[in-house]
Amino acid sequence: MYRYDEFDEALVRERVAQFSDQVQRRLNGELNEDEFKPLRLMNGLYLQLHAYMFRIAIPYGTLSSVQLRKLAHVARTYDKGYGHITTRQNMQFNWPRLEDAPAILSDLADAQLHAIQTSGNCIRNTTADQYAGVAADEIADPRHYCEIIRQWSTLHPEFSFLPRKFKIAVTGAEEDRAALRTHDIGLRMRRDADGNPGFEVMVGGGLGRTPVVGVTIREFLPEEHLLSYLESTLRVYNQLGRRDNIHKARIKILVQSVGRDAFARMVEEEWAQLRDGYLTLPQEELDTIARYFAPPPYETLEDSPPELELWQSTSPGFAAWMNENVAAHKQAGYAIVNISLKPEGGVPGDITAEQMDVVADLAERYSFSEIRATHEQNLVLPYVRKLDLMAVWQGLQQAGLATANIGLISDMICCPGLDYCNLANTRSIPVAQEISERFADLSKQRDIGPLKIKMSGCINACGHHHVGHIGILGVDKKGQEYYQITLGGSAENETTLGNIVGPAFSAAEIGDAMETIVDTYLTIREEGESFLETYRRVGQQPFKETLYAAH
Amino acid sequence: MYLKAITANRLRDGRVVYLSEAGNWSQSLEGSRLARDEEELQSLLDQAEVSVLRNEVVAPYAIDVLELDSGYLTTRCREEIRSTGPSRRTDAA
Repeated sequence: MYRYDEFDEALVRERVAQFSDQVQRRLNGELNEDEFKPLRLMNGLYLQLHAYMFRIAIPYGTLSSVQLRKLAHVARTYDKGYGHITTRQNMQFNWPRLEDAPAILSDLADAQLHAIQTSGNCIRNTTADQYAGVAADEIADPRHYCEIIRQWSTLHPEFSFLPRKFKIAVTGAEEDRAALRTHDIGLRMRRDADGNPGFEVMVGGGLGRTPVVGVTIREFLPEEHLLSYLESTLRVYNQLGRRDNIHKARIKILVQSVGRDAFARMVEEEWAQLRDGYLTLPQEELDTIARYFAPPPYETLEDSPPELELWQSTSPGFAAWMNENVAAHKQAGYAIVNISLKPEGGVPGDITAEQMDVVADLAERYSFSEIRATHEQNLVLPYVRKLDLMAVWQGLQQAGLATANIGLISDMICCPGLDYCNLANTRSIPVAQEISERFADLSKQRDIGPLKIKMSGCINACGHHHVGHIGILGVDKKGQEYYQITLGGSAENETTLGNIVGPAFSAAEIGDAMETIVDTYLTIREEGESFLETYRRVGQQPFKETLYAAH
Repeated sequence: MYLKAITANRLRDGRVVYLSEAGNWSQSLEGSRLARDEEELQSLLDQAEVSVLRNEVVAPYAIDVLELDSGYLTTRCREEIRSTGPSRRTDAA
């Protein structure tokens, strides 16, 4: 994985010193809150409901075991013993003290971690397919390009004060696991007729109060032009994006208002000025970055060791975990292990310091010391020998990390909601906990099959509810928590926005409503049909009828 | 008018605090100084603004409070959660 060069090291250390000084000036009154707020936000430090919140960048979701241990150290030393994985593959701490912020950043810098551009109207952490580099269906490892984007976008002087925040996602695989069309820019790797790598460029996707599915503005962009084309796109947005209304400031509003073709034309015109200039990526630089992400020293192994079959036949728990949490690897004899952070009754995405240490241990022993964070708020061990799967499962099980529910109904995306967030209208965590307890029976979950519930505690949609197969949006009705349900959303290859099914349900009713939706699906599904396929076949009516029958 | 208390976040650690009867900032809603009319409320807000200038707290504001036999109660869900902490959290599991 990528390691800092002297420029990265110097930049991060300078930022620690700079922010330490700013914190000190705030504490002794040289800076007031209005002056300090933009400075702390540039360093990922928010003031939330109960305390400050620190958002730490995990570039494209890739972590070393040393870095995960450092995050565990921060959780243990400066927080309340746990962290929270976010939908940008970052980690948040909910209880840091302002006076500890310099020490936290300094400790993180020791492990090549930072909080730069995890907030503010700049280019945020670029996210990637969590299976980058190991997916069986991958054209190329997207992290090479994510790292190039990270270097280009870090403290980019022209794009540090955009009209609004800006989010980029990249995948190298056929299956979209990075929610590309919900991003300001989504990049999907392609090859041209001669086999040269490049990207399909999508722009103008986004969730929030105005959900929009991104549109393709270029079918194929050769890889060497990645930065000049991104710079051109950002330049058009920076010049024309609205700054008069925060709710209309994202690029999606600009693309919608001028139309896809006109927007694409403006980008191409800008690009005509920039292409083949200093932003063209030299092959030697591409090769240098690629070397950081070289595959680990895989062993030559048989792909289906007989031990695996034996373990599956003798241990139902292991077999279930294999089925749900272990994914195909491109290297024979290896597997991708998903670690669910959605235990029954747990807080989605939360992980304790002790669990972080266990995952770091397992990564060191069985996954070439590498871990991934996913935008669905789980972790991944990307390089596990199939012969080690039993040992990994046992290690995870002892730490309460072996819930076999990846992609099932209890594997929910859930924002922190009103339990932590200053913007939220309602709580989302207790609703997620209730749902996971109602559907605790894993055999029932497997019978239900793939079903993604995504939940947000307010219209800002941090929990991606618009693209949940079932989406739940918390709304405040005269001081009471209510929950609006959408059906049929998806952030996968055919990205769609869910449709509101009807009037919102109270906190006391929302659990029953989820059971009604699932029961309706189980009644009307055809052989082998997933929830989303059933919904797309029958539409809302059957669900509406059962949900509101008693009303 | 509901009774009003003044709440804010403490600058050093961000914790939720309330302006107390003694004129200090306390992490407990109990013992808050309550305003019973507009004049008293303005006086409390002025006092809070002094604390802002002294770099003790950030963004103070007034909240509605009910005075019950069992103690003080906030009227909105958001303030109840600020007062008592997250409903369920990993460190309390």
